[in-house]
Amino acid sequence: MSDSQDLTGTGAAKGGPQMGDRERITLINVREGMFGAKGDTSGYDLLVTPVQMPGASERPYGEWFDGAVNVLEELLGERADAAIEYVVVDRGELTLHIAREHLVEVCEHLRDDQDLRFEMCLGVSGVHYPADAGRELHAVYPMQSITHNRRLRIEVAVDEADPHVPSITSVYPMNNWHERETWDFFGIVFDGHPSLARIEMPDDWVGHPQRKDYPLGGIPVEYKGAEIPSPDNRRQYR
Amino acid sequence: MGIEESAPPFMLGTVEDFVGYMRAGSMWPATFGLACCAIEMMSTGTPRFDIARIGSEVFRGSPRQADMMIVAGRVSNKMAPIVRQVYDQMAEPKWVLSMGVCASSGGMFNNYAIVQGVDHVVPVDIYLPGCPPRPEMLLYALLELQRQVRETPMGRNRRQMAAAAEAAALAATPTSDMKGLLR
Amino acid sequence: MSQERTAPGATGAFVEDPEAPEYSAYGGDWSEIADEAARLGQQRIVVNMGPQHPSTHGVLRVMLEIEGETVTETRAGIGYLHTGIEKNMEYRTWTQGVTFCTRMDYVASMSQEAVYCLGIEKLLGITDEVPERANVLRVLMLELTRIGSHLVAIGTGGNEMGATTVMTTAFIGREDTFRVIEMITGLRTNNAYIRPGGVSQDTPEGAVEYIRQMIPKVRQKLDELVDLQLQNPIFKLRLQGVANLDLAGCMALGITGPILRSAGLPYDVRKAEPYCGYETYDFQVPTSTESDAYSRVVLRLEECYESLKIVEQCADRLDQTVGQPVMVADKKIAWPAQLSLGADGQGNSLEHIRHIMGESMESLIHHFKLVTEGFKVPAGQVYQAIEGPKGLLGVHLVSDGGTKPWRAHFRDPGFNNLQALSILTEGGQVADVVVAIATIDMVLGGVDR
Ligand code: SF4
Repeated sequence: MSDSQDLTGTGAAKGGPQMGDRERITLINVREGMFGAKGDTSGYDLLVTPVQMPGASERPYGEWFDGAVNVLEELLGERADAAIEYVVVDRGELTLHIAREHLVEVCEHLRDDQDLRFEMCLGVSGVHYPADAGRELHAVYPMQSITHNRRLRIEVAVDEADPHVPSITSVYPMNNWHERETWDFFGIVFDGHPSLARIEMPDDWVGHPQRKDYPLGGIPVEYKGAEIPSPDNRRQYR
Repeated sequence: MGIEESAPPFMLGTVEDFVGYMRAGSMWPATFGLACCAIEMMSTGTPRFDIARIGSEVFRGSPRQADMMIVAGRVSNKMAPIVRQVYDQMAEPKWVLSMGVCASSGGMFNNYAIVQGVDHVVPVDIYLPGCPPRPEMLLYALLELQRQVRETPMGRNRRQMAAAAEAAALAATPTSDMKGLLR
Repeated sequence: MSQERTAPGATGAFVEDPEAPEYSAYGGDWSEIADEAARLGQQRIVVNMGPQHPSTHGVLRVMLEIEGETVTETRAGIGYLHTGIEKNMEYRTWTQGVTFCTRMDYVASMSQEAVYCLGIEKLLGITDEVPERANVLRVLMLELTRIGSHLVAIGTGGNEMGATTVMTTAFIGREDTFRVIEMITGLRTNNAYIRPGGVSQDTPEGAVEYIRQMIPKVRQKLDELVDLQLQNPIFKLRLQGVANLDLAGCMALGITGPILRSAGLPYDVRKAEPYCGYETYDFQVPTSTESDAYSRVVLRLEECYESLKIVEQCADRLDQTVGQPVMVADKKIAWPAQLSLGADGQGNSLEHIRHIMGESMESLIHHFKLVTEGFKVPAGQVYQAIEGPKGLLGVHLVSDGGTKPWRAHFRDPGFNNLQALSILTEGGQVADVVVAIATIDMVLGGVDR
């Protein structure tokens, strides 16, 4: 994790990440050098490029997005500002970045309101952005509305040191195993989950293997006369 | 004209040949379908390929009734102890066929989850490459295994063979020491 | 990771009461085990089924708590085939990722390939540039795998209930679809045929006639399955009214695919959010309101007939689009070489080799760059869903602007649907557990990934 950038959130251990005056954007990765090789081959160490997600969008969002966000804001009332951190519209998809304290309430509205009616949550996908200081672990929930034939995405970002997200299994029971899987692979603790046990890895496994700081764990492959390093130890062109 | 018409009143042979001949036919595999290869293993059992032609169509759910384990697919770390347990439950003599590159060497999944070759867990008699191997390949591997079984030496011959194999292995250069052959 | 990260109770014991007497039995006579249980005064009998059990569709582990023949509690244990595919994909280029994701749900390989490639195309913004012929070929492949997958579901389901003929009949039909798939892609399963931007190669000569010849054969096998099963009194007794799950239950558990449609909701992503031009094909989405295991078998068979209809339409369109490209025109994305069959086996086509080795240095550089490094995908994330044979198959792709995915997460319908196992089996007979597993039709490769 690099702390040389000024994109640091103010989150850490203060009851969840706050947006503060942080840029409303996810930092995916910080590239150094030209070909993804470790270190800078130019010798000046100046080839540092932050790679970012598409940032917050301005209204109007287009399509049905404005309407849905309006309804949600109305339902949340005065909590709307705190709950909806920012909204991204990218590639025709709507992403709502939600503060974790309000996640369950937002989900309830999404499911129950007749204008929203997202009956199904298609699971939760963990993503690890080690460079996104204070918001390293993201839990991404795709929501599917069968009634309106729409899909949107809820994204909750938490600090690696405090990886707690409320479980939404009370609203979407279907997310039970998905949350277990994300706990297993990313170590995001879903508070309030009925039984947050490992699901894919053996029960006594140490670590959360799909995080970026967890090695792929391959071994070098020996051939007669040559040895090929495992994929994560080869030279990478990123 | 078969042996029925011109069978001699008695024949001479070795116990080795006789036992090998008996063992080789009709080997029943334990169902050990793990991944994609298992689907090809199932296809092998169905009419287009018809594994029954070589007497192995009786896939046994119970390892105690099986002669052979076809490890068809990738073995994960979570599954490895179970593979071993099933192997231990099988009655001797038993053989293991490692089907597909995943079971043989980890294949394309060189990562934290997969055991890099089922031979870390159980002794393997024959490796079948391919991803997935075609049913024809599985049949060929079975026939090849049958040939091996038929020719298995016994008693003193076996001890001699084992000693010779060990001596050869000790004399051989380990793969890790073979450098610079690939250029 | 450090200990304090572990949530309290994260890995609790299966039996909460630490005082509970516990004994394990490996084989042996059931009456002895039952006597022993009676002697210990313990009412609770937990039977472990799998992960190496012939009727668990692979390596599913089911823990059953039974009372006599009645199941009182069911828990499914998965992860015995966890392969780390999603993580491995992060170390491979976008194109190479196809080879990985095709091995997830290996009974319906093409679905993962298609959803993954559609996701990449959305990230690249080239969804509309995929040529028509490529889309037709994709639809053809998707439908052939749908038939194959349903036939496996029906066949192995029958086999698990003791009807081997059902399995052999179904597999003969499946082999016919495989012959077509093999002719076009070169492989039986795990094809890596659908690539970002199109498909890897065009059809060989005579493919369309071959498809047309295949259709009646498969239809005949489907007819045989219908005749064999649907009016069979034993089959009906075994399946009707078993493994019920009504619409409310389906919605609560996020069930999609044939199980949802058997409860009466005609939700099919092919209709709701068409991709690859599905809106231009004529087909029905069969539904039922019985919501039991029997109706799902009927639905799967009906879907196979519908898929055959689509395959027919694909054959016509393949005739109309002969000679059109099967890959996007953008040479920055399209795989440079064409595969061909040479005297020494399969390889890149001779003209291409001649061109890059003898005529054009730039082409050689371009080929080398694209094959070893891959193409870059602009940073961002997308979600793409398609209708897999087992339900809604989704992929969440994150790109960091590089040549490899930052994260690829698949929502396998089987993984989600398997959560329903408890509700499908509890209160039923032990023997019905097998029916319930067969009716969910998950593939553990997809469930565990
Ligand atoms: S060798 Fe290939 S086909 Fe067989 S299990 Fe491994 S990935 Fe699947």
